[in-house]
Amino acid sequence: MPSKTRVVTTINGEETEFLCEPRQSLLECLRDVLGLTGTKEGCNDGNCGACTVMLDGRIVTSCLVLGVEAQGSQITTVEGIAAGQELDPLQQAFLEGAALQCGICTPGFLVAAKALLGREPNPSEERIRFWLANNLCRCTGYDKIIRSIQKVAADRQGANT
Amino acid sequence: MSTQSYEPNMVLSKKQYKVLGTRPVRHDGADKVTGRAIYGADIQLTGLLHGAILRSPHAHARIKSVDTSKAESLPGVKAVTTSEDFPEVGNKIAPSGAGGAGPAPLKKVQSNILAMDKVLYKGHAIAAVAATNIHVAQEAIGLIDVEYEVLPPVLTAPDAMGKDAPILHDDLKTIELGEQTNTVSNISSHYQFKLGDVDKGFKKADIVIEREFDTSTVHQGYIEPHAGTALWNNDGRIQIWCSTQGSFTVRSVTALVLDLPESSIKVTPLEIGGGFGGKIPVYLDPVAALLSKKSGKPVKIVMGRQDVLEGSGPTPGSHIKVKIGATKDGNLVAAQASLAFEAGAYPGAMVIPAGMCVFAAYDIKDVIVDGYDVVVNKPSTAAYRAPGAPNAAFATETVIDEIAQELQIDPIDFRRKNAATEGTRRADGPKHQRIGCTELLEAMEGHPHYQSPLEGPNRGRGVAIGYWFNVGLQSSCTISVNPDGTVALVEGSTDIGGTRTSISMQAAEVLGLQVQDVQPTVVDTDSVGYTDLTGGSRVTYSTGMAAIQAAEDVKQQMIGRVAKLWETEPDQVEFSDGTFRAKSDPGKQLSFKEVAAKAASTGGPIVGRAAVNPSSAGGSFAGNIVDVEVDPETGKTTVLRFTAFQDAGKAIHPSYVEGQMQGGSVQGIGWALNEEYYMTPDGVMANSSLLDYRTPTSLDLPMIDTVIVEVANPGHPFGVRGVGEANIIPPTPALANAIHNALGIRLRKLPMNPVKVMEAIWAKDGSN
Repeated sequence: MPSKTRVVTTINGEETEFLCEPRQSLLECLRDVLGLTGTKEGCNDGNCGACTVMLDGRIVTSCLVLGVEAQGSQITTVEGIAAGQELDPLQQAFLEGAALQCGICTPGFLVAAKALLGREPNPSEERIRFWLANNLCRCTGYDKIIRSIQKVAADRQGANT
Repeated sequence: MSTQSYEPNMVLSKKQYKVLGTRPVRHDGADKVTGRAIYGADIQLTGLLHGAILRSPHAHARIKSVDTSKAESLPGVKAVTTSEDFPEVGNKIAPSGAGGAGPAPLKKVQSNILAMDKVLYKGHAIAAVAATNIHVAQEAIGLIDVEYEVLPPVLTAPDAMGKDAPILHDDLKTIELGEQTNTVSNISSHYQFKLGDVDKGFKKADIVIEREFDTSTVHQGYIEPHAGTALWNNDGRIQIWCSTQGSFTVRSVTALVLDLPESSIKVTPLEIGGGFGGKIPVYLDPVAALLSKKSGKPVKIVMGRQDVLEGSGPTPGSHIKVKIGATKDGNLVAAQASLAFEAGAYPGAMVIPAGMCVFAAYDIKDVIVDGYDVVVNKPSTAAYRAPGAPNAAFATETVIDEIAQELQIDPIDFRRKNAATEGTRRADGPKHQRIGCTELLEAMEGHPHYQSPLEGPNRGRGVAIGYWFNVGLQSSCTISVNPDGTVALVEGSTDIGGTRTSISMQAAEVLGLQVQDVQPTVVDTDSVGYTDLTGGSRVTYSTGMAAIQAAEDVKQQMIGRVAKLWETEPDQVEFSDGTFRAKSDPGKQLSFKEVAAKAASTGGPIVGRAAVNPSSAGGSFAGNIVDVEVDPETGKTTVLRFTAFQDAGKAIHPSYVEGQMQGGSVQGIGWALNEEYYMTPDGVMANSSLLDYRTPTSLDLPMIDTVIVEVANPGHPFGVRGVGEANIIPPTPALANAIHNALGIRLRKLPMNPVKVMEAIWAKDGSN
């Protein structure tokens, strides 16, 4: 019996096949099998949010998903947020707003924030803070992250009126 | 005081520059928002093996035997190592920084990396395995048999100082006031700082308040676990790729513990996911090197979160007594402190810096400080952002608040009246150079936050300040001029929070360039001159100074080239705003770009270089105003409003200065209200996950408003003071003072979590 299972997924818009052991997490498959190291491991028990990815439209901590569970799913990681050479407005706002210091939590925050703004174009500060409560940052005190997300939301509102 | 107009982030700037003080996008930004930046755990190498480490389940035990044979025979396992594989180093002493705050026996440094005869904390590394994948490696460490003789642990400084305390090290003899004694104890050393005559001083006081405080062990809590990868090559050379605050520290510690020449080791610092002092010590790299030597393959070791909390250095817990005397008109006259710090398993707690800072914010003539470095059965402690100072300030600033209250003087006024200024002598000896304590307090007092009313039940406002001395140390930098008129800047300071850019901005200012025209790279230890660690708030100050001098070198060389072209002497050429002009004929000019393009024809490449070891780091003061609401039913403290103030000397990149202030403040809020190593009596950390060791989340906090004060540091060409650390000092006392203001109770133990608040409320109600 083969020790690995074949998994077919769509990652960042590309159909992607990989082999994984039943015990490997999606995080491990992304990083070690597929070389997508933009998704980070901070705790491996779902508490820090550094490994946050979109899985079929939901944000998940990929350390708590098994690789084999990704069969047939659509996944977006931080590597899939920019449109080619064009940074996503959130990425640009994070840079201009100094929303990252060490940057290790940034991929998870970007994926989570993009999911939020996809559902709710104009969230309140409280709503943003609640939505991001599973993403830990130890450098910034969150202030500039929240403000950068608010700026993107405000810019979009401005563009739509 | 006039009330300032309010902005959430204010810069009280004194001097304007072209580049300094602007907020450009950082050079490494695109890599870090697209997931391309390579951090410690991200490196992939051909034939890479994965390492796992066996850690002690006991807080204190003698190791009777270690049997690795079953692990070695597991298919997929390529190497197993224990401390048996370290070279014998005899009585050699490792320099300061290798194994704690001071010099340490090299054998102790080795035995914290892999235990020898004893394990001294739960999580102490014992053996390591390299295997073809991480799961096999983890299975294999479970097959290692260790026989222990379990010993009773001792977990706090007061307990460890007791007469009948279990002894951690049979060979640890107390250094008493600089003298080596023959007393075996857990007290590694006792030092004293004395200024004036404290007994006489207290006799002048109308009010004397003496209190005791306890602070808990807390962790730096960086989100990226430690990661190290090593390749012991067939030519005997070792390459290391790791996440570290100091690539040269990794090189020297690895060379020491493996008894190799430093020159045989090349360390490449990868991007680092936070450090705060905790990524100065070396844990994994020598182990990965030993496993690589045995297996012939590169080996990567990455800690899990539990390993980080249990096996890497947190900051010391402490027991502190502070006694302060003042006259009734509000002059501080005498102060006394006793600081007992838990070093963890090996000596070297940051208790000396605590003593340097405990009263350094104030002008007090008669002072005595006693400090004790005490070993306990917890992980060997490491630096954490202004190490030692937050513990000390929690005590001092709470007592200062209590005296101000007793004397019915406004707490900021009271501090300002007694503020240290240029020339004030500190208890540890030196006199303060130009410092910004008074200016900071003036900014606090005049701020709209302080002027605003705070209404509502169970609400309170607190203030506090803190001082950190900062360090200079060694940095190197080279700047190469490109033919298109841009420059490449090479430096060795690992960039944790935007320092590539704050350094480049200083070079750009000197050369009249745009910041985008400076391309910075952080390189390995073979490719740049020696550069000390990223710590002590030193990088923007010291590596910045190296960049300024390297840029000056470039400038002088280019002036020489221009003189050659104009067939004149260099002293006839002047340079400003990126343009070279003839002194005799200001219309005669060449741009930086034009001279760069002529480099080949005027003498070849232009490369500026500098190496510095500055001593005038210039201390930084930080202050907080904080409003809280405490729920008397649950004991939960909610931070309603928080304003952080700090003297940056000159804020090179104000956004990243604000970021340091906000991040340090929030770490301080976590330390104050929630974070602690919750230890069982057996010495097991009962909350060793990020669910239970709960650092502040976005939902726990308000925005952190900032005010940057600029009192130029005379020791830096642009006046820079390091800003990385002082900001973590005031939050714990500011919150304690705010809780007192809200409820009328003084909390003197950290964390001030709901349990402590409720106990204090019940005790108060009971006594009424």
